[in-house]
Amino acid sequence: MAYTPKPAIAPPVPGIVGKAIVWVDARFPLVKLYKEQLTDYYAPKNFNFWYYFGSLAMLVLVMQIATGIFLTMNYKPDAKLAFGSVEYIMRDVPWGWLIRYMHSTGASLFFVVVYLHMMRGLMYGSYRKPRELLWIFGCLIYLCLMAEAFFGYLLPWGQMSYWGAQVIINLFSAIPIIGEDLSVWIRGDYNVGDATLNRFFAFHVIAIPLVLLGLVAAHLMALREVGSNNPDGIEIKLTLDPKTGTPLDGIPFHPYYTVKDIVGVVVFLGVFTAIVFFSPEMGGYFLEAPNFVPADPLKTPVHIAPVWYFTPFYAMLRAVPSYLGTQFWGVAVMGAATMILFALPWLDRGKVKSVRYRGPIYKGFLTAFVISFLILGYLGVVPTTVWGQLPKGLPLVGGMDLATLVARILTAVYFAFFILMPWYTKKDKELPEPQRVTV
Amino acid sequence: MKTTMFTSPGSLLRTLIAAPLAALVLHASPSLANETVALDHAPINLKDQASLQRGARNFVNYCLNCHNAAYMRYSALTQIGLTEQQIKDNLMFTTDKLGEPMISALDPKDAKEWFGGVPPDLTLVSRVRGADWLYTFLRSFHRDDASPTGWNNRIFPAVAMPHVLHDLQGTQVMAKVGEQKGHGEHMEPIMKLVIDRPGSMSAAEYDHFVADLVNYLSYMGEPAQTQRSQLGVFVLFFLVIAFFVSLWLKHEYWKDVK
Repeated sequence: MAYTPKPAIAPPVPGIVGKAIVWVDARFPLVKLYKEQLTDYYAPKNFNFWYYFGSLAMLVLVMQIATGIFLTMNYKPDAKLAFGSVEYIMRDVPWGWLIRYMHSTGASLFFVVVYLHMMRGLMYGSYRKPRELLWIFGCLIYLCLMAEAFFGYLLPWGQMSYWGAQVIINLFSAIPIIGEDLSVWIRGDYNVGDATLNRFFAFHVIAIPLVLLGLVAAHLMALREVGSNNPDGIEIKLTLDPKTGTPLDGIPFHPYYTVKDIVGVVVFLGVFTAIVFFSPEMGGYFLEAPNFVPADPLKTPVHIAPVWYFTPFYAMLRAVPSYLGTQFWGVAVMGAATMILFALPWLDRGKVKSVRYRGPIYKGFLTAFVISFLILGYLGVVPTTVWGQLPKGLPLVGGMDLATLVARILTAVYFAFFILMPWYTKKDKELPEPQRVTV
Repeated sequence: MKTTMFTSPGSLLRTLIAAPLAALVLHASPSLANETVALDHAPINLKDQASLQRGARNFVNYCLNCHNAAYMRYSALTQIGLTEQQIKDNLMFTTDKLGEPMISALDPKDAKEWFGGVPPDLTLVSRVRGADWLYTFLRSFHRDDASPTGWNNRIFPAVAMPHVLHDLQGTQVMAKVGEQKGHGEHMEPIMKLVIDRPGSMSAAEYDHFVADLVNYLSYMGEPAQTQRSQLGVFVLFFLVIAFFVSLWLKHEYWKDVK
């Protein structure tokens, strides 16, 4: 078969740059990629505040990788040297303190951005057909992010790093039969030690980031395939301009959303730098005070609390009582709380996607879900005794910590949002969707 | 945990009156283990270089005999306005190399034998405990015949460290100064720290001494913090301008979106 060369394109810009683009494009789909991803990708024109967080998550990801690379140049993954090497970065490496604070603040803000991004998906039904895979890639990214944060948190080798890792790995030992061996296998030792630190370093700097980047690419490819949802939850591809064949309610991602996202980036950087420069510890929520004490296997801290972004799940774990002599049920509930997100596209039976046209029952459940997630997050930070105990005389709950009881109820609310969804989304009185997006 | 921050008018008053008085009227309760003691506000200022320099002097003369500051190099003290010669002449007792970290001459083996443990490193103590805690702690030692060292501390019960600064502060004792209604029907004694035997400093002088020391400890916990907040102002200023520019750019591009 005869080889037919690719038809030459007209230089997009005059001069040497244009010639270079033509040269590259004969050998690599540069212009095609640029068009597919940016200028010919039509996004709904009615994006609101909630639509900043996808591009912001990308920004934080890039920032975490860039600062992480520079931290790696001076960090020592060795139980004897790790803590000191972080202080070396903070004191002796030029601008080391800035790079470290950017990384530690970035970790927390990554979760802020991703939680808001997920909230957007929930509200506007962005997980619904045909975006099920897009949602699943997103859930996988969220799981990766949790693993990444967990592995990374051990690296400073402070007291909270050490005991936090100890507690989380011990969760695996609650799994029946294989649990004990599994936890030893994860640690590489009978206790969290040098072997654990080395492997967590490997996971944090290369294994998980590789998977994460692959998933982000898949997430974006799936998005380009199905197109963005919007606050009205209707498909803009259904109303095309008869002349151009492009969506009437769509605008090219570039330049319209790139310039709009720059505004979001600047506002985000304002928050980010305010924390980095004026309050990098964020009152002990981003950098916990006990973590400025080097890890000591012989001294358990009085109160071990995970970093804020894990606390809703930690509160669920603590709320579930042990049964048949094992803590496994709490671990199972915590695992189920993240896994149930994957089922969301198939649990929702509503005719409309967006919360704007949903009925009152859905709105009630969504509100209860968000409130319970926030309160669980708070309860995971504080000791279970925070609200005192219920009077001894009460039936069933007498003498119980009030906070534990509340956490149990809220855990039930969290799961009810998902488990009852097929029923209440079907039964709800929804409003009619508009034909065109509303601005 | 129950807090006694402002449970009595006395404790509320105490937080309002000046630091020198507060040093003498620390309010006490018999059940120390279960209750939090309100901390005194540490009057520190990281921009006061003279105070930081006095604090560094206090630190090397009193703390560094037993505690390390293993992540802090002597050379970093040039950041608080000292010349290398001044550091060498006045502050270095265990080494003559400016690049060395601040390591105590106390052998960890001896420390274990004498105090039952190695005194903790103090480089980051201000980030672990906070300035207010350190300021209160260093002014809350009192005699206690039941403890092995003969000393105890109001906010750190059964502390292993003896009161190293008692020559300066004098000797404090816990004294019953009255009674108040307790949780039930019984009366609880009101305990206060009072100076039993004066030291070489007045209460006000000692508070200044401790404040300088805590100021230095706060600086040492994070030497970059002054630079950080100064730089932050410029960065935020830049971002405010960038915000208006980006907003204008967005409006220009979005004019044709209907």
